[in-house]
Amino acid sequence: MKQFFTFVRKEFYHVFRDPKTLLMLFGIPVVQIVLFGFALTNEIKNSKIVVADYAHDNASAEIINKIKASAYFDIQESLMSHEQIEEAFRSGKIKLAVVFPANFNNDLVHLNHAQIQVLADASDPNTATALTNYISSIVNDYQMALLKTQQIPYRIVPEFRMLYNPQLKGATNFVPGVMSLVMMLVCVMMTAVSIVREKELGTMEILLVSPFKPILVVISKAVPYLFLSLVNLTTILLLSVFLLDLPINGSILLLYAESSLFILTCLAVGLLISTKTDSQQAAMMMSLMGMMLPTLLFTGFLFPIENMPWPLQAISHFVPSRWYYIIVKSVMIKGLGISQIWKETLILFGMMLFFLGVSIKSFKIRLA
Amino acid sequence: MLNHITKTYNDGDIVAIDDFSLNVEKGELFGLIGPDGAGKTSIFRILTTLLLPDKGMATVVGYDVVKEYNAIRGCVGYMPGRFSLYQDLSVEENLTFFATVFGTTIQENYYLIKEIYEQIEPFKNRRAGKLSGGMKQKLALCCALIHKPEVLFLDEPTTGVDAVSRKEFWEMLKRLKAQGITILVSTPYMDEATLCDRIALMQAGKILSLDTPDNIVKAYPVNLYAFKDENIYTLQQNILANELTESCFPFGENLHVTLKDETDSSLQDLLKSLKERGHEQIEHQKITPVIEDCFIRLMKE
Repeated sequence: MKQFFTFVRKEFYHVFRDPKTLLMLFGIPVVQIVLFGFALTNEIKNSKIVVADYAHDNASAEIINKIKASAYFDIQESLMSHEQIEEAFRSGKIKLAVVFPANFNNDLVHLNHAQIQVLADASDPNTATALTNYISSIVNDYQMALLKTQQIPYRIVPEFRMLYNPQLKGATNFVPGVMSLVMMLVCVMMTAVSIVREKELGTMEILLVSPFKPILVVISKAVPYLFLSLVNLTTILLLSVFLLDLPINGSILLLYAESSLFILTCLAVGLLISTKTDSQQAAMMMSLMGMMLPTLLFTGFLFPIENMPWPLQAISHFVPSRWYYIIVKSVMIKGLGISQIWKETLILFGMMLFFLGVSIKSFKIRLA
Repeated sequence: MLNHITKTYNDGDIVAIDDFSLNVEKGELFGLIGPDGAGKTSIFRILTTLLLPDKGMATVVGYDVVKEYNAIRGCVGYMPGRFSLYQDLSVEENLTFFATVFGTTIQENYYLIKEIYEQIEPFKNRRAGKLSGGMKQKLALCCALIHKPEVLFLDEPTTGVDAVSRKEFWEMLKRLKAQGITILVSTPYMDEATLCDRIALMQAGKILSLDTPDNIVKAYPVNLYAFKDENIYTLQQNILANELTESCFPFGENLHVTLKDETDSSLQDLLKSLKERGHEQIEHQKITPVIEDCFIRLMKE
């Protein structure tokens, strides 16, 4: 047991003394989550919006002024037709359009009820939500201001339309996606590289010629990376909760348990790669090519699996991250419990056992 | 210890060790001497259970290298040819790590490594990767010794180490031998052969000769002469051109020459003909051969 702990401590030394490894281990997740996060959220600044004011009355002018006062928008006022607005959306020139119907003020004063149409480009769901929220709060402000001066309550109803992606799918999809991508990459690559490094440096020769059991070598390699990956997971979750405002709806304990299962699967895959390669570079290439592409393509967070031709759908069943992605989405976003995801968990568990079994079987107790 | 071992690589295309047999006594300092590619490392790897022989069987301390590899792994110390410690761990951490992995502590067998470790102790907090070549070897030796092995396998421990460190290293080996540890060492340097109890001269996976260094030298069958002149290159050309010459090769600043005919007149005839060809200042003397002479001669046979 003491041997085991010494070995684990040694692995930590390796990680903490190599700036490159550290950067890879902790840099990748942070960069990915921030990159993905802000690529989707940060564009709110200077977003181009169009205001089509068919009313041209006091009320509409006042609201437009309020919108203009905001630093987030780059406003263009023009009396576009609906076709023109749609065209502008399609070419990606604008993110949002606000349309005041003719008689806006009239309706408001005489009917106590008026409408504004807000159109948003929801193919970029985070931006769309943020922008529409912003507009509605401006309109609400105006309403409140009116209420103070008038006896009768006026109601302005903004009518929102999310173009292209009415359910706002994707807004919360990328965090689970990035989680599975990062875990897969980091765990697979780290284990593979760290074992192959022992081979490349020749230290494996000495380790093999020791009473230390080869299986223990493998396990003591896995433990530090399991631990470090859980630290990584925590970083990602903290970033997504506090930076991206994505709450964890389900049980955190379940999320960690499922993640540990996935991490173990990845470690087993990394181990398998390490038994098949002899140089760090080959191991790294194999983990990158063999893991990154399938994870990106077949997990379902960039390209919906349902839209794929059936052979690709079939392949996607063999990608562990696909199942993990479903699990994380269920637990983290939908707040589901284990009863709803036991099937995926079982599949992942089976994969873990399979990869672990194969890699331990092919782990060489000799040099050749 | 080794019996008719054959090891091939590339599905038999390359024969690393060819029907090799060897028996090393307990407590012996045994040297495997041979150029690169002679098969020294392959033998070490078979004996340390890292490689499986294609044919034959081998035992270490009575254990079979194939079946009882676990028992062997507990009682041998192995120092591979390449510096194989963790470069990013400090001297002390490396030693602690290997001590623990082998199920012991530094204190337990400190007396074995004391003399060696004291030399590198001032640098114990330095990363192993930043040590000089000689110090790396000393550290590697410490790590191989820390669990008090019965047999110590040292694969080219002095390659790439300066002359002074090499000398120190061999003195350490002698002291370890005095502690009763059997040592099997390989080296491409012929001058280190005389420091071993017995040696095996190896070439292309075969043993050329196996005996004590003295006996190997004594077994040199003919007289050996050292020739010297100002222009050593043309001298060698002229000696080789002479029909009396059996062999001639440069050795340091001399030429080592053997003759087909052992008689004195044959030597005088050679000298005479060389003088006629303008080698006026030629010096010659009969010398006792060294291991390298023996090796070169055996290699040609």
